[in-house]
Amino acid sequence: MMAAALRALGGHWRRHPLQLLTLVIGLALATGLWTGVQAINAQARSSYAEAAVVLDRDALPRLTGELTLQDFAAARRAGWNVSPVIEARVPGTSLRLVGLDPFTSPPGSATAPLGETETLVAFLAGETVLVAPNTLSELPVGLSGTGVDGIAPGIVLADIAAAQRILETDRIDALLILPTPRDGLTPLTELIPGSARQEPAGEGGDIGRLTDSFHLNLTAFGLLAFAVGLFIVHAAIGLAFEQRRPLFRTLRALGLPSRTLTLCLALELAALTLAGGAIGIVLGYAVAAALLPGVAATLSGLYGARVDGGLTLSPLWWLSGFAMAGAGLAIAGGRSLWQLATLPVLAPAMPRAWAQARISTLRLQAITGVALLAGAAILALTATGLIAGFLLLGALLLGAALLLPPLLMRVLSLGARSATGPVTQWLWADARQQIPGLSLALMALMLALSANIGVSTMVGSFRGTFTGWLDQRLAAELYLYAEDESQAREIARFLEDRVDAVLPIVAAQANLEGAPGEIYGLLDHATYRENWPLLDQVPDVWSRLAAGEGALVNEQLARREDVWTGTHVDLGSGGRWPVLGVYSDYGNPRGQAYLGLDAFRDRFPETSATRFAVRVAPERVEAVSEQLASTFDLAPDRVVNQAEIKQFSLNVFERTFAVTGALNALTLGVAAFALWASLTTLSGMRVPQVAPLWALGLTRARIAQLDLIRAVGLALLTALLAIPVGIGLAWALLAVVNVQAFGWRLPLRVFPVDWIVLSGWALLAAAAAAALPAARLWRMPPADLVKVFAHER
Amino acid sequence: MLLSVRDVVKTYSTADGPQVVLDGISLDVKAGESLALTGESGCGKSTLLHLCAGLDTPDRGRIEIEGTDIASAADAERARLRREAVGLVFQQFNLIPSLTVRDNLTFHARLAGRGVDPATLADRLGLTPFLDRWPEQLSGGQQQRVAIGRTLAARPRLILADEPTGNLDEATGDAVLETMQEAASESGAGLLMVTHSERLARRMDRRLHLRAGQVA
Ligand SMILES: Nc1ncnc2c1ncn2[C@@H]1O[C@H](COP(=O)(O)OP(=O)(O)OP(=O)(O)O)[C@@H](O)[C@H]1O
Ligand SMILES: [Mg+2]
Repeated sequence: MMAAALRALGGHWRRHPLQLLTLVIGLALATGLWTGVQAINAQARSSYAEAAVVLDRDALPRLTGELTLQDFAAARRAGWNVSPVIEARVPGTSLRLVGLDPFTSPPGSATAPLGETETLVAFLAGETVLVAPNTLSELPVGLSGTGVDGIAPGIVLADIAAAQRILETDRIDALLILPTPRDGLTPLTELIPGSARQEPAGEGGDIGRLTDSFHLNLTAFGLLAFAVGLFIVHAAIGLAFEQRRPLFRTLRALGLPSRTLTLCLALELAALTLAGGAIGIVLGYAVAAALLPGVAATLSGLYGARVDGGLTLSPLWWLSGFAMAGAGLAIAGGRSLWQLATLPVLAPAMPRAWAQARISTLRLQAITGVALLAGAAILALTATGLIAGFLLLGALLLGAALLLPPLLMRVLSLGARSATGPVTQWLWADARQQIPGLSLALMALMLALSANIGVSTMVGSFRGTFTGWLDQRLAAELYLYAEDESQAREIARFLEDRVDAVLPIVAAQANLEGAPGEIYGLLDHATYRENWPLLDQVPDVWSRLAAGEGALVNEQLARREDVWTGTHVDLGSGGRWPVLGVYSDYGNPRGQAYLGLDAFRDRFPETSATRFAVRVAPERVEAVSEQLASTFDLAPDRVVNQAEIKQFSLNVFERTFAVTGALNALTLGVAAFALWASLTTLSGMRVPQVAPLWALGLTRARIAQLDLIRAVGLALLTALLAIPVGIGLAWALLAVVNVQAFGWRLPLRVFPVDWIVLSGWALLAAAAAAALPAARLWRMPPADLVKVFAHER
Repeated sequence: MLLSVRDVVKTYSTADGPQVVLDGISLDVKAGESLALTGESGCGKSTLLHLCAGLDTPDRGRIEIEGTDIASAADAERARLRREAVGLVFQQFNLIPSLTVRDNLTFHARLAGRGVDPATLADRLGLTPFLDRWPEQLSGGQQQRVAIGRTLAARPRLILADEPTGNLDEATGDAVLETMQEAASESGAGLLMVTHSERLARRMDRRLHLRAGQVA
């Protein structure tokens, strides 16, 4: 009995292959985008984990100061379990050099190959460095490496002495303080005068935590894509159930128990899950592989975290893909199964009755939508955590999506009331009647559009603010890095009467409110007075800073520790100061503070001034840098002009949002597909609706044209409603999520031209989606239309 | 002549080869005249009616409405004739499901550019209580009265009706038919109606019986 029933039910798909295709594609898209994002996240996380193995140091207290290997030896002799490290950039590359001592360094999988005598000898002799296999090719000439799995890409591990040779220095950056079994040792700071003990980096420095927000963003996007895909599945399944209602009736009339019927349909859903899920996982893999390089670029640009460009398949996300597909189908099909069980099987298959039955659903939808939006409003005022921020986004999007169909209904009935001609009146009324069938696709379209508007508004605001800020912060035309202090003094003397101003840049590491950060000394100069963007300031801030009356802190520190003007900030070894002002400092995860130059020198007398900002007329930049380079034999990377830095920063920025752009486009594509699928499937049910019109003297071409107009009109209405939602979304991203994730807040900028362009795309997508069904209607043989009248259904 | 059908042949291609449904049919309908079309099920009555309405084209022969050959006319011209000269009433699926009864009643007239007062029309057809309902909320007979009302409101010169009372009980069917005949004669329209009912056919001016694709 079951087999016969299944065959009868399956016949539907044989007769409607397009519907089956829609369903499977929708499911595959939903699963695919979701698993793709998951795969990217998993890959990035495993890269961080590898990095953490190498960079385990981050979790250890360390001794900093002007240290050498002699200090290391002295500390060991005194009984301390310490290990030296050097962290720097490999000159001329973007690789991170980590120098360590294999004998005292905390054990980790990265150094495992050093267990082999041969490698160890070469390593100690400075003949080889350890890198991830795919970083080998990036090593500069003269540096030979051994490929090791388990080292994060972009990191070069070298013996401490070899690292010193590479960097041409005899310093080390820090001594890691490992757990020491003995008590009563001479404190390290006494043993090595001028050194300072630093506790492990807190929130600010942890790559995992920093990138969390990025991954949360990705996950949110993945969920959004999943939701959009789900809309497609939902629509397709609903239709398949609706169309088979007569069949269900017949099967029941022939004696098939309702439970068997339900079971059969559940089996059918399971089979679809397997098919759609499998395709989706393959798709997800492709999406991940395509997006991963972009994500890797983003992560390294944004946080300096390197992610392996290759993708590994894990059974876990195979399973999670199927689970998502199954859950999606259960959500989408559950409603239909429930309807099947509750609505009388003999309910006439009348389109208006169908629509009418949905009126109550619409009302419920409107109420839920309003409640969600109210919740979003409350969250907007109160949200504090990142999770709350994302809840706000979810409530906003879902609420708006749910409100869309009732709003459209309202607009359409207003339109119908104002229509005068019979055809326009029919068009409005008919559009209204199509809403229940199209609402899911339209909701998907609105989600995609508002996500697009929201994210591009955020990125645009980000870009605008960021470039403006760069212009201000990088006010000096040239930046110099002298090799040592004596050269620095010579350069300063040399430049004195050649340029407008030479501004020293001096900095020291310190714990700001307990977390590691930097303190800078600032020479009072018009460059800063005129250009620095201050978010909060006391009157006369620059003079008071120069007079050593307080400190400026960056926005991140101010927000994190709630130190604004009128409060004091603890700068660790830099002292405790009243806050004179807060400046924006985009892109920097750590706390930062500025003291007047004199106050700074007072606190950090040892700090050498080897960096300068140089003010010089723009047309002379070229000449001055050439003179400098030839007079002092400076390496090219020691004289950097402002334009280069800006370009570099902007490149980082563009790459950062490249992935977002790709996901945006994908989501919009999925929504267009949803619209197409709905229109196509609905067009099958449309013949009886339009046949009377044709019989009354409207040509098929005219009817097809009206159908096209209707689809474009609905898309236009949807786009119009998506704009405010998108702006709300951008606001939530900028004012809530970003503040939580990055520690800074950006002003919202709107780009109406972008909206017009995007709406244009939406209309185009709608027209494209409607074109095929409309063309089919236009070309429909009159005999098919006549059949409506000739035969009973 | 209002409607003139000359030597019309219509063949459907089926799985077992071509099937000749109409084999040289000729008939005329004058203004103000009513003609009943009878015949066994499947003999081609609906097919003929659809050809007359320009919903389909004959393989051979001429069909003229007020002198215009509808068979050779372009799609747009045929649509115009349906809008302005012809009124169609089918057995079912007559009404536009997305419009209320009121809007359905006036729809055809407005398409044809003619003003109409739905209230008087509804009053005459006994549809006043249903004006703001949706088609599917009406019984079959009520729906059929709306369809007839819609046709009458458009004041067509030729009314083509395909078993308009087939779904109705005898009394309702008679009442509906009476309304239609009355209105047709009032406005001087010609009426061509397909029916299975001998009784109804007898009440028309003339009757034509189809058998094996020909007028018997
Ligand atoms: N589209 C079509 N393709 C093939 N054959 C068709 C088609 N439409 C109708 N026929 C055949 O043409 C013949 C005439 O059909 P038609 O609908 O005109 O009959 P009818 O006289 O109206 O019958 P009834 O009284 O049952 O309504 C029938 O045998 C039918 O099977
Ligand atoms: Mg018939």
